[in-house]
Amino acid sequence: MLVSLNWLKNYVDISGISTEELAEKITKSGIEVDGIEYIAQETKGVVTGYVESCEKHPNADKLSLCQVDVGDEKLQIICGAPNVAKGQKVAVARPGAVLPGNFRIKKVKLRGVESNGMICSLQELGTDDKYIPKGMEDGIYVFPDDVKVGENVEPLLNLDDAVLEFDLTPNRADALSMIGVAYEVAAILDKPIQLPEAEVNTLDEDANDHVKVEVEAPDLTPYYAAFLIKDLEIKPSPLWMSNYLMAAGIRPINNVVDITNYVLLEYGQPLHAFDYDRLHSDKIVVRRARDGEKIVTLDEQERVLTEENLVITNGKESVALAGVMGGFETEVHDGTTAVLLEAALFSPAAVRRTVKQTGLRSESSTRFEKGIDPARVKEAGLRACQLFQKYANGKVYAGAAEFDELDKSEKTVKMNTSQINRRLGTEISAEDIVQILNKLRFHFDRDGDYFTVYAPTRRQDITIFEDMLEEVARIYGYDHLPFTLPDGTPQAGTLTEFQLLKRKVKSYLQGAGLMETITYSLTDEKKIKRLISPEVNEENITPVQLAKPMSEDHKYLRLSLLPELLSIVSYNQARNQNDVAYYELGSIFVSEEETLTHQPEERLRLSGVLSGEWLAHPWQQESKEVDFYVVKGLMEGLFDHLGIQIEFKQVKLDDMHPGRSAALKVHNRTIGFIGQLHPLLQKDMDLKDTYLFDVNLDTVLKIVDRDPEYGQIPKYPSIIRDVAFILDQDVLAGNVKETIEEVGSPLVTQVQVFDVYEGNNIESGKKSIAYSLLYQHPEKTLKDEEVEASFSEIIETVKNKYHAHVRS
Amino acid sequence: MKEQLKTIQKDALEEISNAEDMKELQAIKVAFLGKKGSLTQVLRGMGKLSKEERPVIGELANQVREGITAALEEKTTSLEKLEMEQQLQNEAIDITLPGRPVKVGGPHLLTQIIEEIEDLFIGMGYEVREGPEVETDYFNFEALNLPKGHPARDMQDTFYITNELLMRTHTSPVQARTMQEYQGIKPVKMICPGKVYRRDTDDATHSHQFTQIEGLYVDKNVRMSDLKGTLNTFAKKTFGEDREIRLRPSYFPFTEPSVEMDISCKVCRGEGCSVCKETGWIEILGGGMVHPNVLSMAGYDPDVYTGFAFGMGPDRIAMLKYGVEDIRHFYTNDIRFLKQFHQA
Ligand SMILES: [Zn+2]
Repeated sequence: MLVSLNWLKNYVDISGISTEELAEKITKSGIEVDGIEYIAQETKGVVTGYVESCEKHPNADKLSLCQVDVGDEKLQIICGAPNVAKGQKVAVARPGAVLPGNFRIKKVKLRGVESNGMICSLQELGTDDKYIPKGMEDGIYVFPDDVKVGENVEPLLNLDDAVLEFDLTPNRADALSMIGVAYEVAAILDKPIQLPEAEVNTLDEDANDHVKVEVEAPDLTPYYAAFLIKDLEIKPSPLWMSNYLMAAGIRPINNVVDITNYVLLEYGQPLHAFDYDRLHSDKIVVRRARDGEKIVTLDEQERVLTEENLVITNGKESVALAGVMGGFETEVHDGTTAVLLEAALFSPAAVRRTVKQTGLRSESSTRFEKGIDPARVKEAGLRACQLFQKYANGKVYAGAAEFDELDKSEKTVKMNTSQINRRLGTEISAEDIVQILNKLRFHFDRDGDYFTVYAPTRRQDITIFEDMLEEVARIYGYDHLPFTLPDGTPQAGTLTEFQLLKRKVKSYLQGAGLMETITYSLTDEKKIKRLISPEVNEENITPVQLAKPMSEDHKYLRLSLLPELLSIVSYNQARNQNDVAYYELGSIFVSEEETLTHQPEERLRLSGVLSGEWLAHPWQQESKEVDFYVVKGLMEGLFDHLGIQIEFKQVKLDDMHPGRSAALKVHNRTIGFIGQLHPLLQKDMDLKDTYLFDVNLDTVLKIVDRDPEYGQIPKYPSIIRDVAFILDQDVLAGNVKETIEEVGSPLVTQVQVFDVYEGNNIESGKKSIAYSLLYQHPEKTLKDEEVEASFSEIIETVKNKYHAHVRS
Repeated sequence: MKEQLKTIQKDALEEISNAEDMKELQAIKVAFLGKKGSLTQVLRGMGKLSKEERPVIGELANQVREGITAALEEKTTSLEKLEMEQQLQNEAIDITLPGRPVKVGGPHLLTQIIEEIEDLFIGMGYEVREGPEVETDYFNFEALNLPKGHPARDMQDTFYITNELLMRTHTSPVQARTMQEYQGIKPVKMICPGKVYRRDTDDATHSHQFTQIEGLYVDKNVRMSDLKGTLNTFAKKTFGEDREIRLRPSYFPFTEPSVEMDISCKVCRGEGCSVCKETGWIEILGGGMVHPNVLSMAGYDPDVYTGFAFGMGPDRIAMLKYGVEDIRHFYTNDIRFLKQFHQA
């Protein structure tokens, strides 16, 4: 809603307060003023002038040489506008005048002839193209003949106006009218309000003798009135009306159309004027459209209707989409002499349905959708008739053909002082409340501290006590509410065990050098199938899809965080940011239903991607590329940190390097995987060698036992024994380690691989792996013989089991 | 002999004090105290002395030996120290060379903002609740006083999956779920952070996915001034003690009265500047007193229980706090962006 302050001044006194101050007060009382537009703040020295003569420029075809009377002098001005002509009243920027954009007018010579000023178009005076009245879009602005010469154009063209741009919340439909705004501003400033009086001198003839109104859908049309006006003279609207419309963002067309728009803005009541002669009927029938029924609307589009739409008909065919747009056939035109004026109330739901279906949205439909004041419908019609009479020489028939099942009753809300104070935390007196209600101009009954408020029909949003509570609070001023803290039941605020563990996982990974990321949950068709963890993939999953995605990129609910994470790596590496170590904690959405009837299961996953250099310390010749063991180490560290035994099992997965991937297992149950991205996919995505991990964090965090068991620090010395085995290439280090642990138990408490070697001195097809064994007994010092015996047994077992021999 | 001993002592101490390295000192030790050393030589002549003289000279000789030994030890210490110093001098390194880098990761900026707010409210006795991102129409809308066909549903363009299931458009459904769980008898003090989704085209100020934190406080006799005080505490702790707050009436279907909260502009201190669109204030969050319909739908008697709720966008807060100009940065995850917020 655009609110012209010059227009508003007609209803409420806003003198003595700056525009900025007024805007802030309105904002603080509940209607956000999003901006202030000064129509033409920067225009100085432009006056009205009379074009006494207009001839062709001697040296230029397209220029005119004009003699213009500006009151105290006559100016010779060269004008390039095609529509300039002798006898016009125009806006003249004299030498020294300033136009918007700090454009200063000077005396100049154009093609050898002196020009002492400029005849202005509205655009040059700062008006937006889209509001320029019809017929003046491509040239200078021409005043009506009755303006005086030599007058300052600022007030004439409303250039001294300021327009407030309201950002209205859906509940405040009342402020979609100048009168509604006037009520609001009057309440805020505690000023009286001056409303227009819609008095009409009518003919003796009654409209009811010429037209009948039938409503076949009373549920959607509780009120319909048809007024008749004849002998109209179509011409431009008075200057002030055009000005106000332009300020409100509506382009002036002609007096009849402008008047309906003017009243729409003034009363918030949409009106529609039909060309009475082209209606070819003496009745108006409001009904639901028939399926497949057609209408050509004002915008010359043919629209096919359904039973969802409410239409106005002449008894035979539809002539308007009720509350949304009129029909082309019955549009007011330059030759119109009589109109049937519609003032009606259509149900918000009916209008909303038509808007949704046709995509048409208008000033009218917006107001119907949000709800209009039932008490003002007929009055608005009368106001328009009054203006037709005054500004279009129309003759108004007495009465109106009406259908009326309108509920104009006021809702009552009961409230009392202590209830209000208890809810607000204030100490407002009953007298204060009386004052507030008076400012709002709400009627009420009072019995001491008890009030019965009659919510005015213009405020359809007020129905319950809490609505009145807000009214009282906002007029009292939110600024005046005290600052308190609740004195209710104390409660210890804590994170849950699960939330604490999540934070623990994050801080571990961050300490280990990984950066947290947040990516999109919605992904595309290609990514949805990629890199799903093996245990998820085993299920019979149907990816969850949006009903109406906005783009193909964000269509499916992800089943793995990895594809989006890989896109980020690719994004970074494309920008020469090669070394990345990222992780993300986020949900995947798992469902086995073909058509979703239940919410999908949301599983929290921890995923990460690493690529490029892991460690770089060049001058000491240290550097390490990310590899499988970096990722494995991260996971080992994480699970150690969580106190969970984890196992890595070789696995082959789609999109993963077949020889460098492992499933993560806890208690023999797969909970994720790690490994290198398949080199083909790497190449496809333009990635350097990239390693990743993916863990079902829901499962993991549920088995964490956060009470570590304490064991005494060993008192007795430990003994270390080292051995290197020559093994076949395909023997796994981990299997040998398991054997050593098995045989060495319980004396061997720790086994570590400290060297892996192949090459010189080792037969081809073989490798050497060296293990370090820690012997430790909790209760005694181990004897050499005991250790020796165990050590020999281990060596013999490994030799036999793996066809190994000891490397000397 | 006395004289001899005194000369030896004097010579020895002098030589010791002049000695320049351990080798020289060793030679001095041998020369005086060794088997063939001068003191030893002298002591060998003790036999020739009278009974009376012997103890006197003996004692003197001991004193001389001890004196020399002590001087030797002292010199040894000081020479060793000298040598150590010399050695350490040689071990000096170029401390201006770069250190071995420690890889440091960090939380996402939005996580930092969220956890900071979580911790603040935990301190005020709130619990942190989470809920599903795919919600039912009931919890996302209906339980929040937004029945089907309610015009305010247009305020939040929704990604529907089916007619009944959707991507949640706010974290408020978590509030509705919590209230329902508490069955209308237990007070509720909670905040709920999380991801939310709207049908918006991604640009500098819009994102189809973003984050929200909402808070809910339901108990007997909760007042609107409590909301004001709570939000004031939040604003001052989050944005700085010198910032002021302002509440304005607003509209949300789930609260009545409703508020929008502004904080004073950090850049112009309320004077008006381009950051705050010349108003001196910056909009931070929305909230209000829980609508009685919302309370009763969740099983709370609105005549007994009242409450307040508020909601804010960590994305917006982060943008304001650090002047981040484009919301998409949060989801693009450019390493050069993320790295800047390590220390925050
Ligand atoms: Zn500012």
